[in-house]
Amino acid sequence: MANYLLIESRDPFDSSDSQYFPELVQGISDRGNDTVLFLVQNGVLPVRKGSKYSEAMSRLIRNKIKVLADSFSLKERAISNLVEGVEIADMDRLLDLLLEPGTKAIWH
Amino acid sequence: MASEKTLTIAIMDAPYESANSTSALRIINAALEKGHNVNVFAYEGAVNLTMKAQQPHPNPVKGTSVEQEQHPTTKDWVASLFKLASTKDVKLDWVNCGLCVDERGAGDWIEGPRRGGPKDFLDASMASDATLVIPTK
Repeated sequence: MANYLLIESRDPFDSSDSQYFPELVQGISDRGNDTVLFLVQNGVLPVRKGSKYSEAMSRLIRNKIKVLADSFSLKERAISNLVEGVEIADMDRLLDLLLEPGTKAIWH
Repeated sequence: MASEKTLTIAIMDAPYESANSTSALRIINAALEKGHNVNVFAYEGAVNLTMKAQQPHPNPVKGTSVEQEQHPTTKDWVASLFKLASTKDVKLDWVNCGLCVDERGAGDWIEGPRRGGPKDFLDASMASDATLVIPTK
C-alpha cells in the first residue's frame, strides 16, 4: 500500500480526459492505497455546487476519498458554494502531503 | 530554520501561457517559506521564465501605465524566490535545460539559475524527499 497524491489542474469542460481522472483516483483507492485528490487551477471548477461534474466529486467523497481544493484557485473563480465534503486547502497542505514519506504524486 | 527536506520540481510551461507557472512558483515559494530546500528543473519553454530582459507592460485596454499596472514578470518572481531562499538559509537550485536554452536563444538570465540537463533532474530527484513533475497540457 502506498500514498497517492493526485493533483487535478484541468477543467472537465475543456479536457475530456479529466472525466476519466476521478475513475483513476477511485481505482487507486480501491486497490487499498491512501489516496488524496488535490484540485488546483481550473481543476476546482467541478466542486462548485450545481456543476455538471460535481457528482463525480461527491461520489469520491462518499467513497471516503479525501478531496481538497486550493483556496487561491477557488477565490480566483468565485467559487464559494462547494460540494459537501470538499476541504479547502493551500499550498502548505499540498507540500505536507507531497513530503509525506512514500507518497507518489501525479499532476494532471 | 531549515527542515532538511528537499523537494524537486520539474516545470515545462513557457511564461504567461498557463496557470501551471503560477502554481509552480506558489509551490516553490511555500516550500522555501517552510524551510525546505528546492531543486527546480526548467525544461522546454520554462527556460524562458528567468530571462533577464523581461519587461512589464502597460494595459492598453484599461489605459493604465506600466507603474499603475504593476505587471508581474516571471523573472522577478524567480528572483524573489532566490532572495527568500537566502533569507531562510535554504537551497534553491534552479537548473535551466541547456539544450532547451540553446534552441530558444534564451541564455541571458537573472542571477541564480545554472545550466544543466535531464541528468541533473534525475540526480536531484533521487536525492530528494519528493518529486513533482508539472507537465504541459
